[in-house]
Amino acid sequence: MADRINLSDSPLVQVRRLRVEFGRQTVLRDVQLSVPRGQTLAIIGESGCGKTVFLKTLIGLIKPTQGEVLFDGQNLQNLGDKELVQQRIRFGYLFQNAALFDSMTIGQNVAFPLRQHRQVNDGQIQELVLARLAEVGLPDSVVVKKPAELSGGMRKRVGLARALVMNPELMLYDEPTTGLDPIMSDVINELIMSTRRTHPVTSIVVTHDMRTARKVADRVVMLFPLSRLAPGESQIIYDGPPSELDNCHDRRVRQFIHGEAGERLMELRESRTSLTT
Amino acid sequence: MSTANPIVAARPQGFFAALSDSLADWGGVVIDSVTTTGDLTLFSLKVFSWLIARLPRRETLMPNFYQVGVLSLPVIALTGTFIGMVLAVQSYFTFRDLGLETRLGAVINMTLVRELGPVLAATMLAGRVGCAMAAELGTMRVTEQIDALESMGADPIHYLVVPRFLACIFLIPTLTIMADFMGVVGGYVYSVSFLNIDMHHYWYNSQRFVHSFDLFSGIFKSVFFGAAIALVSCYRGFNCTPGAEGVGRAATAAFVWSFVLILVIDLMLGKMMYTAYYQWFPNASKLF
Repeated sequence: MADRINLSDSPLVQVRRLRVEFGRQTVLRDVQLSVPRGQTLAIIGESGCGKTVFLKTLIGLIKPTQGEVLFDGQNLQNLGDKELVQQRIRFGYLFQNAALFDSMTIGQNVAFPLRQHRQVNDGQIQELVLARLAEVGLPDSVVVKKPAELSGGMRKRVGLARALVMNPELMLYDEPTTGLDPIMSDVINELIMSTRRTHPVTSIVVTHDMRTARKVADRVVMLFPLSRLAPGESQIIYDGPPSELDNCHDRRVRQFIHGEAGERLMELRESRTSLTT
Repeated sequence: MSTANPIVAARPQGFFAALSDSLADWGGVVIDSVTTTGDLTLFSLKVFSWLIARLPRRETLMPNFYQVGVLSLPVIALTGTFIGMVLAVQSYFTFRDLGLETRLGAVINMTLVRELGPVLAATMLAGRVGCAMAAELGTMRVTEQIDALESMGADPIHYLVVPRFLACIFLIPTLTIMADFMGVVGGYVYSVSFLNIDMHHYWYNSQRFVHSFDLFSGIFKSVFFGAAIALVSCYRGFNCTPGAEGVGRAATAAFVWSFVLILVIDLMLGKMMYTAYYQWFPNASKLF
């Protein structure tokens, strides 16, 4: 699929002054980010900082309140329904809990995007599905099973196979290792890396697992919850290579990467007190 | 010992504060109602626009037709039969006191085909299928399956709602006919076998007073009931709030609002249709 990739120097994804609000709650404020083609970007940050919202805004599942998201130079908000569908085929999205369709078998789940968008016969679909499942290390026998019959790790791998079946140019991973044992987490990390080796794909990985961020990413961006930022301060508190994370002087970044609560528990207790008085 | 809750203590006290809170609450309810009505209208318009633009594939339609039609038949047949018998039991003593027990067939069958058959079939459909739709779509919303559909370039309304809508509007007339038929059989069996009504008079009065328009009006109304059930239930599922509680609330709201709409539509269409009918056919026979 190398011919599908535009080799120009322009970034594949550009986010400009992105602001997302739900009612009175602002989740993202003035976020600016560019993702060059071929890069694997990890977005880290504690729960509730807006990582998943950011990812869903990139694909148009959440509409920005302000700002714009450009994919390959096109503003997704300006596209009509048909054009948006054409762009979405270029994305692959691995959801946090895989989001497999309960009512379908594994084979039907992986074949779903092909049946929706490609004029291919059943034989070709079966061939592609089995190839994708083999790529993520799943046996042919799973095709007839329902998602409920699989373990969490297997479901994640099926989700990955489904996301890759259309040969996407941009892969979005939402917490790919959450809820998995350390070995299965590493299997998923290896799969993310092998995907990058075998497909010319740009990837954005949302995670709070530092092992994943360090292992798979070329670049790490850390988002911080808006409610705890000073007015006017950027929500991105780190943007650089994973190797530089340990040298970062920002106490909040160091705390996060080392998994230290620090004064956070005290802050939580104080915020509870201030809410109730 | 002071055990005052700081949250309660922080609220403003006094009559005007309470009045202002109450007004704010009512304002919130009004805003929510207007927003929901607008949202539901837009949702329905999207469904109708897909009906014109492109119909779902056969393999997407068939499971919904099976779920709505085939699986609902036994319960609707059973409830229809009992409603027919209950009508016979409830009407008999009043009609006997009036010396009109031979007209029992007319009142049972007219009530069934005009009102109880369609409303009963629609209520059962709202309970059995509407709740299931809201719960299923709500779970899909909560577990991001609807987002997954959208991310793969499929329109969730086209893929999930349109097949359910079509299944409801096409199959509810069949279910209504089944409820009518079983109700008629149940009422007849009970009246003739247990209440000793003469069979000839039972059927003679039925065919004299029950017209094909009565049957048609019930079936015609049922299409609107089906549309309301599908739209309300799918809308509730799509707008489900997170968690098990959210899914439960969506299912409950789907049934309650479907039932309310069934009765409102029944009243409005019933009034309109019979006003028009008696204007066009002023000599149509009355029961008494």
